[in-house]
Amino acid sequence: MSEHDKDIDTETGVETTGHEWDGIKELNNPLPRWWLWTFYLCILWGVWYVIAYPAWPMIKGATEGYLGYSTRANVEADINAFNDKNADLRAALTEVDLTKLEEDEALSRFAVAGGAAVFRTNCSQCHGSGAAGAKGYPNLLDDDWLWGGTIEEIAYTINHGIRNEIDPDARWTEMPAFGEILEKDQISQVVQHVISLSSTEFDTAMAAEGAVIFDEQCSACHAVDGAGDRAIGAPNLTDAIWLYGGDEQTLTETITYSRFGVMPPWGPRLSQSDVNAVAAYVHQLGGGE
Amino acid sequence: MNTAKPPKLFAAQEPIFPRRVTGFYRTFKWWIMAFTLGIYYLTPWIRWDRGPALPDQAVLIDLANRRFYFFWIEIWPHEFYFVAGLLIMAGLGLFLFTSALGRVWCGYACPQTVWTDLFILVERWIEGDRNARVRLWKSKWDLKKWRLRLTKWAVWLLIAVATGGAWVFYFTDAPTLALDLIAGTAHPIAYSTIAVLTATTFLFGGFMREQVCIYMCPWPRIQGAMMDNETLTVGYREWRGEPRGKKRVEGAGDCIDCMACVNVCPMGIDIREGQQMECITCALCIDACDDVMDKIGKPRGLIDYLALSDEAAEKSGVPPKPVWKHILRPRTILYTSLWSLIGFALVFALFIRADIDLTVEAVRNPTYITMSDGSVRNTYNLRLRNKHGEPRDFLVSISSGEVLRIELEGQPNNHVIVPADSSFIQRVYVTARPQDPAANADTTALRFWVEDVLNGERAHRDNTFNGKGQ
Repeated sequence: MSEHDKDIDTETGVETTGHEWDGIKELNNPLPRWWLWTFYLCILWGVWYVIAYPAWPMIKGATEGYLGYSTRANVEADINAFNDKNADLRAALTEVDLTKLEEDEALSRFAVAGGAAVFRTNCSQCHGSGAAGAKGYPNLLDDDWLWGGTIEEIAYTINHGIRNEIDPDARWTEMPAFGEILEKDQISQVVQHVISLSSTEFDTAMAAEGAVIFDEQCSACHAVDGAGDRAIGAPNLTDAIWLYGGDEQTLTETITYSRFGVMPPWGPRLSQSDVNAVAAYVHQLGGGE
Repeated sequence: MNTAKPPKLFAAQEPIFPRRVTGFYRTFKWWIMAFTLGIYYLTPWIRWDRGPALPDQAVLIDLANRRFYFFWIEIWPHEFYFVAGLLIMAGLGLFLFTSALGRVWCGYACPQTVWTDLFILVERWIEGDRNARVRLWKSKWDLKKWRLRLTKWAVWLLIAVATGGAWVFYFTDAPTLALDLIAGTAHPIAYSTIAVLTATTFLFGGFMREQVCIYMCPWPRIQGAMMDNETLTVGYREWRGEPRGKKRVEGAGDCIDCMACVNVCPMGIDIREGQQMECITCALCIDACDDVMDKIGKPRGLIDYLALSDEAAEKSGVPPKPVWKHILRPRTILYTSLWSLIGFALVFALFIRADIDLTVEAVRNPTYITMSDGSVRNTYNLRLRNKHGEPRDFLVSISSGEVLRIELEGQPNNHVIVPADSSFIQRVYVTARPQDPAANADTTALRFWVEDVLNGERAHRDNTFNGKGQ
């Protein structure tokens, strides 16, 4: 104890701590002994805990603890338990005829929920976390599809990808760079014609010239009316949706240099049930056919 | 005290041997004990028919399915404000009773008091009343002492197990769990919960007792702020009792220093020293003292429920204020009004809440999309709630000042079958054609409606539609 003058409370005969607030003094009453034992028990618990559980930080990692507890291992066990629990659904999803998936409500829900997770992990880097795409990366929410919007076509695209050299079955077509074929003013005329297909603001004279060139050079793939052809991934030029942009400058760029959008095949990377799940997820985003 | 000796750092627990007492308050407390313990042990066994899809236990906290059932009331997680409201009412109720009657909660209804009372009752049955227990405590650990102690502990343990056991029945179907518990097939959580509550009941009721109130509970400290001079609380009429002395001694007060009040006290204090933190106002000293006063032919109420403000009046022989004047004060009236206000609000909320409900989460990634025909589409996730015990057919629609079209993913006719007692997330598309003002406006207000096709009940939520903002 310190050397302060002992202050004894006259009422109780108990020494005070010497602390005083507005005339109220603090008595220095003893703690209950069970409190002391509780304190010792807590220390013992602490010692046990340090031995039993990961505790001391070392240069590499921490002490492992006698019980071998690991949150990482727990997560792995949880994931395995989850997969085991859903093994039947996964098997069913691998085998399922995708066109009939919607008839099985439980499997369909499992596919959409799982597909959403797979999409966020593997697809969102290009197509965006909300699947809205970006310039050059298709928006998967709308009703416009380059290669087809049925669940089977979507699954095929995911499995094999587009214009990649990994998968021989990848969807593949290539638009020529018309900068090497047409004159610059011819390209400008085609641009005006393409704009005229979906807009009312265009140069009528140039568009008329462009229509002739379009008929010769472009209609084989994009069709005479510009409605495109999904069999060869030729975009529909008459609608309101543009993958790279529908303004004059972007269209000139597209026609002059062409475009070459690539998507890797996911069949080799994902399990078939995951591919089917992503297909189901994308199909129910609003544009599925 | 002038001899300064160093204070001890730790003190052993002083053993307390409360003596048996009879009287008004003791009887009242027996009834409260029977009532509260009865509620606690029996409630999970009351059945309540809610149809085939829902549990038939009257009071059930179904954590796994996130439902709270209380007889005809069913609380969903989003209605947790009912629980919050009840907790606020409990708090205000505690303030009200404490400002009017001191620590009545502590003295009559607190589980620590009720179970300690029960444990002391068992102790008295097995080991005898105060004097026998003091003798037993002082005696050597011979066969008799072992026998009595072990019997007592066994009965305590039985009560403790029953207490821990009753707790888990509130969280799952009681009859099923009871069979599982006996068969050893119940969930480990059930067993560990019972084990922990058995240990705390046994320890707190049998051994810790007043230590819990004095050292663990914050309420004795808070009571100081809750009580005032008008509060009726257990006290000693010092002006009447002092100086203490034998009966018929000249000039002596009514207190004959028989220690009856001290001997019955479960907290081991002397109420004649005035109001103190340890006193839980169990009122047993009132019964004990009244008994003595009857015997020596003095008026009752030497120890009584009294208010500090009456002391001066009583000393000068003026009758004290009537009880209702102590209780009816601006403070207690304020507490009562607040308490009732919240109570009425909760009852009101309970009666106006619909059996169907929805919330709308607008998908804002992206804010809108352009469709191939140039129309503008927004997507929403609707959480549709069906609180009925059977599946219901919900018709989803919108109303807006502008022309907007609604479509439901996978539901061709805008009808959704929502399963019984559950919520269902439905993806909903709202579209404005290119020529519609909403397609080019910044935002357009719209209201989502769901209608229960069966009975026409409706619910709605407001949200906005994002156009191109041109």
